[in-house]
Formats: sequence, C-alpha cells, structure tokens
Amino acid sequence: MSFFRGQVVKTLPSFYMKGEKLSDYIISLQGVSKEFDTKDGKVTALKDINLDIEHGDAYGIIGLSGAGKSTLVRTINLLEQPTEGRVVFDEKVLTGLKNKDLNISRRKISMIFQQFNLLMQRDAIGNVCFPLEIAGYPKEKALKKARELLEVVDLEDRANSYPSQLSGGQKQRVAIARALASDPEVILCDEATSALDPKTTRSILELLKKINEERGITLVVITHEMEVIKQLCNKVAVIENGQIVERGDVQEIFKYPKTQAARRLFLPIAENTEVDERGKISTRHRLRLVFDGRSAYEPIISRMIMELQAPVNFLYANMDVIGDQQKGQMVICLADDPVIAEKQKEFLRNADVDITEIIVDEGEEV
Amino acid sequence: MDTAVLISMLWEGLLETLYMTLIGTLVSYLLGLPIGVSLIVTGPNGIKPAPLYNKVVGFIVNVVRSVPFLILMIALMPYIRKIIGTGIGTRATTAALIVAATPFVARMVEQSLLEVEAGVIEAAQAMGASNVQIIRKVLLVEARPSLLNGAAVATITILGYSAMAGALGGGGLGSIAIRYGLHRFQPAIMWITVIVLVILVQVLQEIGVKIANKMDNRLN
Repeated sequence: MSFFRGQVVKTLPSFYMKGEKLSDYIISLQGVSKEFDTKDGKVTALKDINLDIEHGDAYGIIGLSGAGKSTLVRTINLLEQPTEGRVVFDEKVLTGLKNKDLNISRRKISMIFQQFNLLMQRDAIGNVCFPLEIAGYPKEKALKKARELLEVVDLEDRANSYPSQLSGGQKQRVAIARALASDPEVILCDEATSALDPKTTRSILELLKKINEERGITLVVITHEMEVIKQLCNKVAVIENGQIVERGDVQEIFKYPKTQAARRLFLPIAENTEVDERGKISTRHRLRLVFDGRSAYEPIISRMIMELQAPVNFLYANMDVIGDQQKGQMVICLADDPVIAEKQKEFLRNADVDITEIIVDEGEEV
Repeated sequence: MDTAVLISMLWEGLLETLYMTLIGTLVSYLLGLPIGVSLIVTGPNGIKPAPLYNKVVGFIVNVVRSVPFLILMIALMPYIRKIIGTGIGTRATTAALIVAATPFVARMVEQSLLEVEAGVIEAAQAMGASNVQIIRKVLLVEARPSLLNGAAVATITILGYSAMAGALGGGGLGSIAIRYGLHRFQPAIMWITVIVLVILVQVLQEIGVKIANKMDNRLN
C-alpha cells in the first residue's frame, strides 16, 4: 500500500485499476491532509492521515471537538476534498474521479448525521425513497423497498408522518432506513447520537450494531463519546489536532491506552483529579486496573487489603460492557510507603489484573 | 357619472390591472426563478461556486433594483416603443413591469432558497445526487412554502408597480385613479379604485398564505 502513497492520482496508470488490487480494505485513506483557508490564514484540519478500514468493521473515530474527526469522515465521501492524499473506496480511487463517477460511488457510501438532515417536505417513506429516486429506481419498486426498510427500523406505522411529527430518535431511524436504501457497503455516522437522550442513543446504537452484524455493512463512527465506541465499535482511532495518535482494537486500547489523548478519553479520572483539593492524593501513586472475564467477579482488592494489611484509596470504579465483554476498571491510590506500594503492585500483577500506572504530569509516558 | 358606465370602466380597469399583474408576475418568475437559483448555486456556499458569475449577476440585479420603478419605466419607454410598437398602455407597462420585477423576483427566490438547511443539501450530495437533482428535488421542494409566500409578496409588489404606471398612461385601475382623482377632481372615483386595489391585495395575500401553508408539510 505504501507503494502507491504519494503518487498523483490523475497519472495513476490504468492497469492498477484492473490488475493489482489497490487495497484489500473497503476504505483506505492514504496521506490525507486538509487545509482550510480562513480569514486568519491557513488552518490545518487534517495532517497526513493514513487509515485502513476493513470490510465489516465498526470503526470508531474519537476525539474532542475541533480535533478534526468530522472533517476526516467527510473526506471519505469527498464532501470535503482533501488538499493532499488519496481516498480509496472499494478498490477505486475516489479523489480525482469525475463528478458523475463519484456520484455513483457515493451511492455505496451512505451517511447519517447528528441533525438527521431529512427532507422536511417529504414524509418518512418519501425520505427513504429519495436515494432510490436519485439512482433512477422505478417508483413502485422504490416504495416497496422503502416500506421494507421502515420495517427494519421499526417505523412501518409512521410511513406517512412528516419529520416535524417525529421524535429525534424516530428521525434518526428514518435516516438509517434512508441510508440503507441504496444497499451501501459503508455507513458513515457523523455524531449520529449526539443530539439524542441516553435511552434513545442506546436503541440507535443497538440498531446500528445489528445492521453491522447482520448485513455486514461497514460502519465508520465519529463521536466524542466513549460510550458509543464501547457499545458499537471493534476498532478505534483516537484523533487529536488533526492527527491519528493511537489506533487499534477497542479492547486493547481500553486495557492499555498508550497516549495521553487516549488516556484522557478512556480514563475520565486521570484528568479530573489532577489537582486534589488537599494537594495530597495527587502526589501519591495511582494505578488504573482493568479486570476482565473471570477477575471482574472476584474480590481481588479486598483480598489484597487483607493480605498486605495496608489500605488503598478508591478514586474511581466502573463496570463496562465493551462489545460483548465485561470489563471493570478502577483507579486506586496505593499506600504511601513505597515498599508496601510495590508489594501491592506485585499482588495485582499476580492476580491477573491489567495495571497501568497513572502519572499525573502532562506528557509523560508510562 | 352614470353608475353603469362607472362600473364598466372600473371592471375594465380591474381586468387590465389583473392582466398586467398576472402576466408581469408570471414572466418575471419565468426569468427571475432561474436567476435566483443560479445566484444560490454559484454563491460562496453554493453547490457549484462561481464567484465571477455570482458577482456580475448580483451587481446587475442590484442596479436594476435600485432604480425607482417610475424612472425605470421612463428610461425604458423608447426601447419598449421600438420593440412592441408603443410606449404606453397595458402591454408597454407589462413589459416595463417585467424588467423591473425580474431582479426583484430573483432576490426573493434567492432569499427563500437560502432558508434550505445546508445539511439537507449535504445529505443529498452524500447520496450521490447530481446538482440538477439537488436543485429540482431538494432546493425547490424544501423551499416551496417560502417560495409561495414570496410569490404572493412579489405579485402584490407588481400590482403596486402597475398602479404607479397609471401616472404614465399605463392603463388599469391606477390610471383611472389618476385620471379621475387627480386630473378631473373626482376624489370619489379615486377612492373607489383605491378600495378595489386594497381588496385585490388582501385577496392575493390570503391566497398566497393559504397555498403556502397548505403546501408546507412542516406545519401539520
């Protein structure tokens, strides 16, 4: 893949298109950068992004607002033209395609949005028919398909309701049915649940997960919420200042977040207790523990306290279900005495608990 | 004046006014709608930005709009006379109305289309809609209620212009009001025409709002 990187799209010899595979991935961003011209000069939104997404992935892209994640997802279907680099979708280089060909490729990349973006003057079924109309489907066939898709999203009884008569969650369901209408390979989800309440968010995420699993449709999920990644994604990339700083399996990154940015997202505590009111806790040794599987159900900490006869201080504890696995995470302060603290660490390692030391100073690596 | 004569005169004036207003509006929309659409499409946030076209057309629209209608009509008279053979009367006025109203309509259309949310247009682009499809199926449909309200306002404005044209021998109710009210000191007849005009405006406005609301699926 890196073999092709940096080549000018237009001069790409045509035999690459026929013979060698451009990419085994459904989506491949290669050296993608994006600059915006603003009044205050050039702003770099994306810097040399390389990202490969496999068929069937539910790939999360997480970052704080302004990190560039929305720009990133919008380069995939070229709503945003990258300043540099290539976007490869399903073995086709999208950057450099003529509008007409791009539009045909776009039919296989659906998108759902935070603000739903439904046509307000069309009823639910009319909205679902819209992409089919664009693709030149006969009307009867389109209606039949739209009706089936409304059933998939549990809205068959609201087919003739207009968006103004639907709740946020229902609107997003219509948008999902609309996204499915063109039988896409990929659905891009741009903060799709950020405007919804927690309960509705959960049901939308469940629906998306079902679509991902049952139909094998690849999802690219942009979010600033860890919960969305945990519930929906198998892979995740952490984006900060327009760059991907960390990526991999959600399970792995949850266990061992390497960069400060990832830790900030996965360990809410790391930031929140940086300065303790009494100025005491923050000077002490902190550990993040991740339990999985069996160890999540055992009273390991109690055993440690009893065995070593030394207290620990709990700063944070939570149980999570990531994908289909139960994970517990906990942040504790070890004993003041460094000898005992070392023993405590030893105990936890032997108990098969993943531990990460949290060092409070910004920028320092573990 | 004999009542029957008066009524038939008013009736004729009303028909002339309606003729000028409706033909004027219709043709202004035939010309102004595409111009308005093109201004949106080529605008800085449009689906096919074309800064030069946008600036030039925008400038022409502004120039024509900034000339008061009566002055524009006087300025156009020689040219209209050349083209259709007469500088006064209903047909000449209609021609002047079209020239004055087209840029006005273009701006009204532009304003209405601006109300369509960028996100919806973006969603259509993401689905692979062509620009023509976006104009026909998204912009014009989503802005329909606003376009219809705008059309009511435009029609009423053109009605007002047509009445003004009466001062220059334009025909219609405006002409009656000026001939009888101003030149022959018969204020009663002038007031009658004013009342007829007021009723006409009310009816047009009501029809416009009714249709616009009926066609707006956001307000059910």
